[in-house]
Amino acid sequence: MNPPLLQFNDKGIYCAQANVYIDPWRPVKNAIITHGHADHSRWGHQNYITHHTNVPIIKHRLGAISVTGKNWNETFVVNNVKFSLHPAGHIIGSSQVRVEYKGEVWVFTGDYKTEDDGIAVPYEVVKCHTFITECTFGLPVFKWTPQTEVMNSINRWWSENKAEGKTSILFGYSLGKAQRLLKYLDTNIGKIYTHGAIENMNNVIRPMVALPETTLITRETKKEAISGNLVLAPPSAHGTTWIRKMTPFVTGTASGWMAFRGARRRRAIDKGFVLSDHCDWDGLLSSIKATGAEKIICTHGYTDIFSKYLRELGYDARTEKTQYEGENAEMNKEEDLEKIIP
Amino acid sequence: MRNFANLIKTLDSSNKTNVKVEALTAYFRTASPEDKVWTIAILSHRRPARPVNTTLLRLWANELANIPMWLFEESYHIVGDLAETIALIIPTNEANSSKSLTTYLQEIIALKSKPEAEKKTYLQENWLALNYYERFVFTKLITGSFRIGVSQKLMTKALSKAEGIDENILAYKLMGNWNPNTITFHDLILAEKSSDYISKPYPFYLAYPVEGEIESLGDPKDWYMEHKWDGIRSQTIFREDQIFIWSRGEELVTDKYPEFHDLIGLIPNGTVIDAEILAFPNNQIGTFNDLQTRIGRKIISNAVLKKTPVILKAYDVLEWEGKDLRNYPYEYRRDVLEKLYQTIENKKLQFHLSERIKINSWDEVTAERMQAREKRSEGLMLKRKDSTYQVGRKKGDWWKWKLEPLTIDAVLTYAMRGSGRRSTLFTDYTFALWQENEHGEKELVTFAKAYSGLTDAEFRKVDDFIKKNTIDKFGPVRSVTPQLVFEIGFEGIALSKRHKSGIATRFPRILRWRQDKKIEEANSIEDLKNMII
Repeated sequence: MNPPLLQFNDKGIYCAQANVYIDPWRPVKNAIITHGHADHSRWGHQNYITHHTNVPIIKHRLGAISVTGKNWNETFVVNNVKFSLHPAGHIIGSSQVRVEYKGEVWVFTGDYKTEDDGIAVPYEVVKCHTFITECTFGLPVFKWTPQTEVMNSINRWWSENKAEGKTSILFGYSLGKAQRLLKYLDTNIGKIYTHGAIENMNNVIRPMVALPETTLITRETKKEAISGNLVLAPPSAHGTTWIRKMTPFVTGTASGWMAFRGARRRRAIDKGFVLSDHCDWDGLLSSIKATGAEKIICTHGYTDIFSKYLRELGYDARTEKTQYEGENAEMNKEEDLEKIIP
Repeated sequence: MRNFANLIKTLDSSNKTNVKVEALTAYFRTASPEDKVWTIAILSHRRPARPVNTTLLRLWANELANIPMWLFEESYHIVGDLAETIALIIPTNEANSSKSLTTYLQEIIALKSKPEAEKKTYLQENWLALNYYERFVFTKLITGSFRIGVSQKLMTKALSKAEGIDENILAYKLMGNWNPNTITFHDLILAEKSSDYISKPYPFYLAYPVEGEIESLGDPKDWYMEHKWDGIRSQTIFREDQIFIWSRGEELVTDKYPEFHDLIGLIPNGTVIDAEILAFPNNQIGTFNDLQTRIGRKIISNAVLKKTPVILKAYDVLEWEGKDLRNYPYEYRRDVLEKLYQTIENKKLQFHLSERIKINSWDEVTAERMQAREKRSEGLMLKRKDSTYQVGRKKGDWWKWKLEPLTIDAVLTYAMRGSGRRSTLFTDYTFALWQENEHGEKELVTFAKAYSGLTDAEFRKVDDFIKKNTIDKFGPVRSVTPQLVFEIGFEGIALSKRHKSGIATRFPRILRWRQDKKIEEANSIEDLKNMII
């Protein structure tokens, strides 16, 4: 019997036939990268292959690497294995990877979401036999409200804070969430200031996406200038001395985890907005159904619970351990590739 | 209900006391009198009796969510709060409720005696008719307290601002037994009546721990010391030939201590005693653990009365001959108390005096504190001779000087997700100590659970370790590779048949993470047993 088309080994998701890895977590020769978040695009591979809109992003984060950019749906063949990238809708430049060999099709989602956020090319259903899906939010308690509503409430929050003479500090990880928030912030309310990590990433993304004007906070920035405006900052800036300059301020975080009251309180954030770049429960289930896949492999997230439920629905579902961490990592840890620039 | 839900949301979404007080004050200024009474009741833990058990609540909520029951349970373990799980899992809509808070509570009270089918219809209809947050609040009204960081004191402060009534007077009015379903806002808060006050206790005066050196308290001759007894702080009221016993949690516990009831008549009407309720097996002071065998029971059987008798160890007298003594000096109040004690000393063995000890030098205090464990107290109380009996926790006149906790190094063996704000992390831990089994092999035996004492950053690290080192999962509990050592502190220790280790510890908590220690260096059950006096 042939080995499975994609295997999970100690380095990552491996296609033995083509000697290619997808999102490997240890250095390898050939790596297909789904998107630019640190747990998926790691340092040290010889050749990176990714969507061309992700190229400037991973170059920004990883420095001088050898990288090939591909278009959506562009097939590239390695030792008779056909690979192609398809939009995953997670963040700008995020792909699913389709792998086909002798008529058998596997798809790895990377991270994905079904809602069109107006920045990332929207998620596209790719028919396959085996679907490797993340399930960061694979519990029925996660049900997202539409982006427009969330953004309205964020803008309302900003206006209210401004009326009370307070600066609004909004946390979102610097690649993806920050630009998504930025795009829909209402600049009629005030000016948008940024933390260095976000400003740098904005500069990488601006050539691809129209974003409102932002001002980087530097040592020279006057406290009075920021007052009442909005500051976009990565979660790791919370609780640092950098933030004191904004006093009096109110903090808000936009994340899927904000669906839990406990998550917001534990981080001592004043206001939580439920906004995620991952699928919610219904998004996961509808995507899985749409692929027509019979075999489902669940990676990072509530894998055990989610795959058990899929088996009850009649899928051949199992879990595989990976080192991807989903929105947990994005929320909990210092973003290891970004220095906090005061 | 909309206003109440918004209030809860505001209270829940701020960590700042002044924001909370402001929100509550604004609410009290605009809410209807009935809703105000209910809001006070709910925020002081006076919920109506639960009309439906949680098993049925889960079942009916799950029906609407249309998922398997096990999936509901898993979600609940992760969310960590039943009302929140129910609110999240039911399909949502944007409806607002037009019914008032009072209407909901009256419906919930009436629901208790309704047939099951009717309960189900009521709950399901209301769940579907409310938006997410109102559904959460509605379900919380049924299941439990809100845990939104609003103390009774904070609420009283807001009410005082809104109504212009002195905070201490309000605290007094809000204590005791009142029924939010029958009392009006006028009678509870606004009316000035004395006849209702027969069961009413005074607010407890609580002490802060001594800060810095004991000598900083000044001249030792200005002070008395007492032992700090390890039982239940209580206030016992003798008025109109009745007795009322209040615990510090403002719970009326009269029925749990029938042995004090025959003090009626011996202690005159118009007397209020501040005392510690202590277990007293075999005519000596027992441990808190002994007392605990009585606390949870609804019915106190003769066997329990015999096995774990209790005494009142009196500290203070707050009312004498119907007169409020709280503004008199401690010394004066103690004279009254001691005279009273002399009149009944030989008649009733369950009434004891907590000795006040004169202090000539601070060294005497230090020496007395060293005696605490032998005397079965948890340390000392220092009380200024001329101190009045104040309201709540105040600095200055009373200080507590507890013994350092006992400590032991133990190994983390099991973990469970926390609840509330810790619900996404594994923060509830079980710890084990070494013990030799019958084959002479060392094995780890569970001895205590603890869930406080680490910083958020440490909890995240330990949580990360647990997720990567899980051996097995049992529902919400995970067994973890024994690798981490923690220093556990506790207040007391006693032999126990209910514990696998044979030992019960009082108030165990994590003191620090011993990253410098290997599990082989952790202590043994023997070490722990050697700490028992």
